Amino acid sequence: MKNKSVIIIGAGVAGIEAANNIAENGYNVTLIEKENLLGGNLKNYAKLFPDFYEAGEVKNNLINKLNSENINVYNNNEITELFFENNKWQAVNSQNQKFLADAALLTTGFTVFDAKRKEELGYGIYDNVITSLEFENMYKTGKITTKQGNIPERIAFLNCVGSRDEKVGNHYCSRVCCINAVKQASEFKEIYPDSQAYCFYMDMRMAGQFYEELYRKSQEKHNVIYIRGRISEAAATLDNKIQIKSEDTLSGLPLKMTVDLLVLMVGIEASIGTNQLASQNEINGEYGFAKSKGLYGNDNITNKKGLFLAGTCKRPLTIPETIADAKAAANQIIKYLNQI
Amino acid sequence: MTKNKHYWNQYQKEIADDNYFYERSCIRQSFFPGSETTFLKILREELGKTIIDDPNQHTCTGIGYHSDVVPFDTTMTVCARLFSLMKDAGFKNYVPSCVTSFGVFTEVIETWQNFPEELEKTRNFLRKATGREFDIPNNIVHPSDIIYKYRTELKNKMKYQLINQETGKPLKGVEHIGCHYGKIFSKHAVGGAEFPQVLAGMIEEWGGEVVDYPERRHCCGFGFRQYLVMANRGYSVANTKKKFDSMQAYKPDFVLTNCPGCTMFMDRWQYTIAEMEGITYDDKKMGIPVLTYEELAGLLLGYNPWDLGLQLHQIQSESLLNKIGIKYDPKDKFVGKSGTFLGEPNKPEKLIVDYEK
Repeated sequence: MKNKSVIIIGAGVAGIEAANNIAENGYNVTLIEKENLLGGNLKNYAKLFPDFYEAGEVKNNLINKLNSENINVYNNNEITELFFENNKWQAVNSQNQKFLADAALLTTGFTVFDAKRKEELGYGIYDNVITSLEFENMYKTGKITTKQGNIPERIAFLNCVGSRDEKVGNHYCSRVCCINAVKQASEFKEIYPDSQAYCFYMDMRMAGQFYEELYRKSQEKHNVIYIRGRISEAAATLDNKIQIKSEDTLSGLPLKMTVDLLVLMVGIEASIGTNQLASQNEINGEYGFAKSKGLYGNDNITNKKGLFLAGTCKRPLTIPETIADAKAAANQIIKYLNQI
Repeated sequence: MTKNKHYWNQYQKEIADDNYFYERSCIRQSFFPGSETTFLKILREELGKTIIDDPNQHTCTGIGYHSDVVPFDTTMTVCARLFSLMKDAGFKNYVPSCVTSFGVFTEVIETWQNFPEELEKTRNFLRKATGREFDIPNNIVHPSDIIYKYRTELKNKMKYQLINQETGKPLKGVEHIGCHYGKIFSKHAVGGAEFPQVLAGMIEEWGGEVVDYPERRHCCGFGFRQYLVMANRGYSVANTKKKFDSMQAYKPDFVLTNCPGCTMFMDRWQYTIAEMEGITYDDKKMGIPVLTYEELAGLLLGYNPWDLGLQLHQIQSESLLNKIGIKYDPKDKFVGKSGTFLGEPNKPEKLIVDYEK
């Protein structure tokens, strides 16, 4: 083992992938996770877009590679401070325990938008308004039902909840919600082909490989109906359905309909850890995300010597993008450790 | 029902404890003549507060401003003159009776805070026109905020509760907030703009249950241009009808409002809908009583319903009074304060206004 080390904060996709890559090159890795289980946000998903690959398999493949003797994993450890002192990067947890290393990698990731902030959509108030994460949890059980246990005859997905929304202060696109809604609507229709699925959108951003194909298939095979318009208001009816108001902006007509389940496609926001640790090191960028030195070739390094970034602590990314970014960060870190 | 979902409690605001300067509404005294007097009585006699009712007060320009006939510079100057009356009286807590006035004042003050040059301009206008000076209020709240703040104290003095005397169950209340209470600045609304708590809090505290129906947030039907432009009045009625169609299935016992326009249109348009469509929204063809929060508080405190002016509503309130168990004398309904019989208004053809138990 080479006598140099790195602290990685956050054992999600980026953190685990980077840890594996760095450890394979003989460096000592301290991988710190605030939660009990590793895997980060990947744990919340059943299948991944656009190919319906099992999320659990991706997670297990990542975690299974963590058996290198060069990697020490500390779960249930929330890092509250990160700073450079005495030529070492020092991470301090909430119990005041210190972890020291030659380099530090932030992989603190994202959190999903709190849908309660869009009060007009009634999340947290009406039982049958749920988030895309709650849909995933239900899908894992193989059954998607209303709170009352009924099979939804009509389901609506609403994109851009907390994204591209000036009112909540998030001007950016979360990038993954459009295709995730297509995926979830398709999954729903696979289980309940006789039910109807609607998807409300501003723009369907199908920029990834095979996204457009999945979008087309959802319409041709599953008859998912896409309505260009945001939902302005959701309210419960006497029989616990959800009445929604929108505008079909393609026909220019107001629209009111009732659905059994409304799924809010919650956007991506910087996690508390990302925001906190980036601010402490003056690398905080827009919207609380961490800021790299530059997009072109410098996206994994920061203005702080020995402090690196990977994954969704910088901006919304898909899982393949996160894995590639983590590999790139690992490469940068290895290069750095070789030089010092 | 949303009884157990109170996360909007985060929207709270400062409501001054005492020493209020009251500004009456242009239209409330015509529409619901007992409400403002009742508010003053509750504050002075039940809560022991000091509140000034200045005879020199005037319009805030709200209706003219929202109808695009009064420019904003004029509105700011007229508001400034009202604030100058408060300064003369030595008070700092401004309480406009009308929700539109409340919206106008909060908009004007917000403008002054964000654009100090507008404040200076207004000071100059007022000085040149009247020679007067003014201060921005320390606290500006709607009277419904004050009743909400003291809802528990008032409950302890109340003779009645919002409980159906026959069934023992809570009475169901639809609450409707004026748009200009919370939709201009949600930070000025107790509970925010989407699920305001100001009236819901009163209903729940006083024993009732709030009805959460799909069109809860839909317009009452006033909306200024919808009503003020005669050609648009069908739109106004249609909006009110949409709300009542939506709430009907929940069988509400009453509607509670805090805006003159909402009270007016949800009350009067029930008559119009009944005459046009033959539809009423209760079992007895009498409609659903629509009350101001002062009237509801006054009723529960034991004030005479006819002193509160409930006979001047289009939808008569006896069904609600009987459910609550309020004692009243039907013979006094159209007797003036001097004891003279004032005569009864003409009766509608389809909406029933004579209560028969």
